[in-house]
Amino acid sequence: MSAPESPRVGLFATCLVDLFRPSVGFAAAKLLEDAGCEVVVPLQTCCGQPAYNSGDRADARDLALNVMQAFTGVDYVVAPSGSCAGMIKHHYPELFAEDPGLSARARAFAEKTHELVSFLTDVMKVDRVKAKFPRRVTYHDSCSGLREMGVRNQPRALLDTVEGLERVEMKDSDICCGFGGTFAVKYGEISDAIVTEKTKNVGSAGASVLLAGDLGCLMNMAGKLSREGSAIEIRHVAEVLANMTSEPPIGAPRGKTA
Amino acid sequence: MSLHATSPQFKENAHRALHDTQLQKALGNVRQNFIERRAVAAGNLPEFEALRDQARDIRDHVLAHLDLYLEEYERKVTEAGGHVHFARTAAEACDIIVGLARARGAKTVTKGKSMVSEEIGLNAALERNGIEAVETDLGEYIIQLRGEAPSHIIAPAVHLNREDVEAEFRRVHTHLDAGRDLEQPETLLAEARAILRAKFLASDIGITGANFLVAETGTSVIVTNEGNGDLTQLLPKVHIVVASIEKIAPTLEDVAGIMRVLARSATGQDMSVYTTLSTGPRRPDDVDGPEEYHVVLVDNGRSNMLGTQFQDMLRCIRCGACMNHCPVYHAVGGHAYGWVYPGPMGAVLTPSLIGVDKAGHLPNASTFCGRCESVCPVRIPLPKLMRHWREREFERHLAPSTVRYGLGFWAFVAKRPRLYGLATRIGMKLLAIAGGEKGHFRSLPFAGGWTQYRDFPAPHGDTFQSQWKKRNNGR
Repeated sequence: MSAPESPRVGLFATCLVDLFRPSVGFAAAKLLEDAGCEVVVPLQTCCGQPAYNSGDRADARDLALNVMQAFTGVDYVVAPSGSCAGMIKHHYPELFAEDPGLSARARAFAEKTHELVSFLTDVMKVDRVKAKFPRRVTYHDSCSGLREMGVRNQPRALLDTVEGLERVEMKDSDICCGFGGTFAVKYGEISDAIVTEKTKNVGSAGASVLLAGDLGCLMNMAGKLSREGSAIEIRHVAEVLANMTSEPPIGAPRGKTA
Repeated sequence: MSLHATSPQFKENAHRALHDTQLQKALGNVRQNFIERRAVAAGNLPEFEALRDQARDIRDHVLAHLDLYLEEYERKVTEAGGHVHFARTAAEACDIIVGLARARGAKTVTKGKSMVSEEIGLNAALERNGIEAVETDLGEYIIQLRGEAPSHIIAPAVHLNREDVEAEFRRVHTHLDAGRDLEQPETLLAEARAILRAKFLASDIGITGANFLVAETGTSVIVTNEGNGDLTQLLPKVHIVVASIEKIAPTLEDVAGIMRVLARSATGQDMSVYTTLSTGPRRPDDVDGPEEYHVVLVDNGRSNMLGTQFQDMLRCIRCGACMNHCPVYHAVGGHAYGWVYPGPMGAVLTPSLIGVDKAGHLPNASTFCGRCESVCPVRIPLPKLMRHWREREFERHLAPSTVRYGLGFWAFVAKRPRLYGLATRIGMKLLAIAGGEKGHFRSLPFAGGWTQYRDFPAPHGDTFQSQWKKRNNGR
């Protein structure tokens, strides 16, 4: 795919970033601008995934229509989340598959939607970032990013260009953290067993910072590590790549700096 | 339904499973062995992904023409001297088999591993009629002694450790020397083999399942690793195959194609140790084989799935890869699912067979991580099918009302961007203040399902959109 010289990118911040971690939105915008994109942030709410995965197709369709409406006129839609980008890319076409008036539009919209880090590397051909983070980090592969959007090597490759950063692999980095949206609340006990396995692997990796590309997973793992009293810091990968790590880590006390 | 379903108590089952240290130890084996072996086997075959496509296409073709192939299969079985019986329900299937057994005065029946026989509750039906049913697959034999259902579709006793098996053998095999050594898996195997050998010789009827029923030739095919299937079907005078209707494959070549992904996906073997084909009863010049050959074809709800959103589920070839790779299965094991089929395939199939009102938890108890679909040899879109069940539940108001209203409220707000902007700005500010300097919550009203186990990271204060607007003058 050949990108326009300076593509107009609609940043779909995702509701979790909008509400809980604005710094990820600014980091994403900086990375996109550094890559030569013009970034706009249309008025937006939620991609509709919680409704969709709970069997509520009607509300999911309404929300999907809102998103498609809000992001007209951009060359690309980019989200700092494999899960929300995957919702748009794979499930919007499915939501409107049997609607002759909207299926083509949903497919075209899906076509121009990307997860942030893979967009930077695969479309904008970014192969290095200007950032410094002298810490030992480990990266968790969020499920939708990995299996729906093919995000695996891209964040690792960019992280390896961050000055001072040492990257180590945890065991089973590609296994679910147990979040699963409403699953984490509906089946909290099972979710807890899965995230406990995850934090065990995070702990054994010997890293002081845990990174991932999806805020849902990050909040789940951060919540568990915090409950366990772990000193491991948790951040969205975009914050490190954008050299914007002045914000305290996810769930950490304010005033504490990384 | 013959087997009592505890699927409505999934949460309670899961709770028990999570606190069962013996079970958790046994589940550790699933987490490692199956996954590594499959990855190696698949990696060794450059055409593996293409073979998955081919297997999917063969299965789809069969399902699109199932009526024609079933008739062709029946004709070929009959030509070979066998008999085909069609059973609409579990009860009909049991009646047919019990009827065959009673008419022949059978006292003992030996069985190869068959999930559909678990589904129809065959052992209980035979026992009710005074016929001893003996499972001859080692795992099945062990759980039969324990009065349990399988916890995995290809490794029925995977929830047990060696010492559990030893304890069971000592409890039941009281005629053997109490001082015998049962420390090694090999000694356990030898003991089971010796006991089963006598059963094989005394058996009046052998019952096996089928991995494939070949329309072209009227052949039934089983793949096994222990050789018990061969002894089950060759030694007794009567061989009964019990299989569900979707097991049809058009030709032997199709079987060969699907077999290339079956064992690799299941156990990581290139092929199972035994692949046994049987076509009709013993012919005059055969050296051995049964005098009678019957096939009981079980529908039990499957034809209702044809032509629906759930037809793709009927592609399943029962390899178990989905559960081997499922983090939820790893956490709670197979019994928590509460019926015959556990894991992701069970989460889709069980509601089809016993009703979503009973099995509604199963398609919900998934994080949609997608690992099951990524390894399914016939590419069943398992998360998508689970989502379809959630849609049915939502339509029928079967979903828990707290979840329904919570999400409904969220959707109401999210559909109104201005209201959303206002509400979230205020909400996040309040949450940030409430979160204080800690930066997280140890408990939150309405989020107890979360904060019982984890802290909840507190927001910063202002929302991203609000900050962006201020910084960029509304760009």
